[in-house]
Amino acid sequence: MAISLLTPEFIIERNDERCIRCQVCVRQCANLAHIYDEEEDRVLADDSKCVNCHRCVTLCPTRAITIRKNPLEFKENANWTASAIREIYKQAETGGILLTGMGNDKPYPVYWDRMLINASQVTNPSIDPLREPMELKTFLGRKPEMLKVENGKLKEKLPPQLELEVPIMFSAMSFGSISFNACQALAMAASELGIMYNTGEGGLHKDLRKYGKNTIVQVASGRFGVDPEYLNAGAAIEIKIGQGAKPGIGGHLPGEKVTAQISQTRMIPLGSDAISPAPHHDIYSIEDLRQLIFSLKEATDYQKPVAVKIAAVHNVAAICSGIARAGADIIVIDGFRGGTGAAPLRIRDNVGIPIEFALAAVDTRLRQEGIRSQVSLVCAGGIRNSADVIKAIALGADAVYIGQAALIAMGCHMCQKCYTGKCNWGIATQDPNLVKRLNPEIGARRLVNLIKAWAHEMKEMLGGMGINAIESLRGNRFMLRGIGLTSRELDILGIKAAGE
Amino acid sequence: MLLREGNIRIPSGCAISGIMNKKGLLFSGDDIVKSIALMHERSNGLGGGFAAYGIYPEYKDLYAFHVFYHHSGAKEDAETFLKKHFEIKLSGEIPTRKVPSIKDAPIIWRYFVLPREDKLMEWGLTEEEFVVRCVMRINSSIDGAFVVSSGKNMGVFKGVGYPEDIGEFYMLDTYKAYIWTAHGRFPTNTPGWWGGAHPFTLLDWSVVHNGEISSYDANRRWVEMFGYKCTLQTDTEVITYIFDLLIRRHGLPLDIVVTALAAPLWDEIERMDDERQELVKAIRAVYGSTLINGPFSIILACKNGILALNDRIKLRPMVAATKGDFVFVASEESAIRAVCPQPERVWAPMGGEPVIALLEGVEDIWP
Repeated sequence: MAISLLTPEFIIERNDERCIRCQVCVRQCANLAHIYDEEEDRVLADDSKCVNCHRCVTLCPTRAITIRKNPLEFKENANWTASAIREIYKQAETGGILLTGMGNDKPYPVYWDRMLINASQVTNPSIDPLREPMELKTFLGRKPEMLKVENGKLKEKLPPQLELEVPIMFSAMSFGSISFNACQALAMAASELGIMYNTGEGGLHKDLRKYGKNTIVQVASGRFGVDPEYLNAGAAIEIKIGQGAKPGIGGHLPGEKVTAQISQTRMIPLGSDAISPAPHHDIYSIEDLRQLIFSLKEATDYQKPVAVKIAAVHNVAAICSGIARAGADIIVIDGFRGGTGAAPLRIRDNVGIPIEFALAAVDTRLRQEGIRSQVSLVCAGGIRNSADVIKAIALGADAVYIGQAALIAMGCHMCQKCYTGKCNWGIATQDPNLVKRLNPEIGARRLVNLIKAWAHEMKEMLGGMGINAIESLRGNRFMLRGIGLTSRELDILGIKAAGE
Repeated sequence: MLLREGNIRIPSGCAISGIMNKKGLLFSGDDIVKSIALMHERSNGLGGGFAAYGIYPEYKDLYAFHVFYHHSGAKEDAETFLKKHFEIKLSGEIPTRKVPSIKDAPIIWRYFVLPREDKLMEWGLTEEEFVVRCVMRINSSIDGAFVVSSGKNMGVFKGVGYPEDIGEFYMLDTYKAYIWTAHGRFPTNTPGWWGGAHPFTLLDWSVVHNGEISSYDANRRWVEMFGYKCTLQTDTEVITYIFDLLIRRHGLPLDIVVTALAAPLWDEIERMDDERQELVKAIRAVYGSTLINGPFSIILACKNGILALNDRIKLRPMVAATKGDFVFVASEESAIRAVCPQPERVWAPMGGEPVIALLEGVEDIWP
């Protein structure tokens, strides 16, 4: 084969005075970027293999390693950027679709960063969460339009609800796209926090069934691992129609990742490719969705709320109205910054719309139709911190899903190479030697810490706004002001400009 | 240019007071004016008002519309609308006195009306719902006209000024009612618009409120789903609509409504017995958007009685007292003692703990 025209993206620098030849880096790098030369007693590097995941940097006992962006620059060109050129080299060499992992990393506006949160001054008091109760409990599920009470008693029971202690859940990530240890860490953390994690389309491993109370089981187009026991094992069911990272696209878990455990959990033959088709082949229209929603409700005796997850696309508001009317109890909208284990680069970077707009448009539309109070709204896709959560709830979400943030808490360094199966952090891999690098207890502890920290910050922000229960923030767009937005953007978000 | 109320949200501090006779005995407006006047420092001359129940016994079956007109064209437009939708049994100017500090008063008119039968048939609505829609139509679409109150045997008297001057202006000493509520306003802006003063009303409901709620937009966007239009952008308006929706339209008992508006804290709910817990959880789950968050003390009045309520962590003052058949509620105890020096019982209700006073023989606040 001809020589590759691709130059290394990163350079591995090793301070030879610090290096003690312990070869930790050599053993840790699944990409084989570090090589030990026994004869010369030196550690060498193959820069071209480095993905900049920081595993070696973090574990090097003498801090001898630095990874830098390769300063090698193409002739300056505002149109033909380095990535545009490199992508062409790759495709010219392989003839394939470009693959990538995690969420859209292009410099589109991040609207969370263009919204500012209010605080109380003089005319009403801020509330100190250290002295006063501050409530984050949230219920997801279908609500009746009104309650019927007779003789001080509920006349009709509420439909099934998910009770979340914090309005944050872990997004769908399948066993297959991530390791068993990562799944277990998410399940343990969700259980300790009183929130939910989501199986994704990976089935539910038998060892994780004990976390059922905190599990949302997903039904996607491949129907992997779905049987009555699975549907009844969780607290809720989520039908995945689409995903923010790759709207309109299915999924593909290559056969080499289908290990014995995955084969058993997904209920597919060992080593076979697990292909999730782009559409559900029994859902070609909204009335078909209704049938699936009610088939699942029948299968679970109407004891579990059913969520429907879609990617944020242009006509998202009308679609969500249809989903609410089709009988979904919870609607999940996944924005174009949502993560993934593998997606075609062009799709990830060019399809879908920002979650901030999608969320605002859906909430507004459902209110105009008078049905917002009946259905719960969850937003996902690129939520990075507690302020994003606060802004999402003020725009109209009941709760948020976090995926990438949860992975980062477990050690992910955003190298975006999940699809290679060589995750050095033991997260997006099935290689037993890599998987064991992630200790589920430690992973769970870090996740619990993250959510607790966010919850503390949310309480501080709520208190500042003079609010002591999260439901008073839901859809409370007065608490937001836009900065650097056009009046059209402000209109869609339904907020005023800073200073107004 | 300063924006008028409704085009901008204006936070206010306030004084409130309410007096009721549980036997339905009528008494003049002197006491309520005296009570609210004592809290002069709590308002700043930019709004005062009163609600009175039992003032029109001879027309008690007719809807009494109190209307502000800012120009005569508005009066013509509104009267055309009123004639089309109502039978006007009687109308006339509301008598007022000249008071030096009260300026820029609008044209203030009063109508005793009944919905036209043919219109009720045509719209297919109950009488009450019809009145609500008509009032909202006038307030949102007839420029310069504003319906101040629209209940039966009750009326609201309000304007820009200190409440004691407003009382003098409207000659409240000449009216007799069994419930009086009053409001002195301390807005943080100077819109000088009469319609923006309080109480706010809808049908028989009137609300006076002290506070600035932080949940305003969550509350507003929720009630607007049910067809209400929050044209004034005030807390009092949205609180009135929540009461109307929950009590009149959803038919919920008052204690359930109180539980929704000033919900118990979760750690308190956890200590309740299973049945009560299920009920309160359901209320918080379904009516979470009606939780009024942030500081408030309110007096809701209607023909059957009054409800006084504080926010659940008591961020605004409110004191209650009783003597004989009289019930008093006010922002400050002094405002009660000004008219009832020796009450039998005086107490400061806890946050979220309602004070409910109903007319004798009445079971709930509605109907």
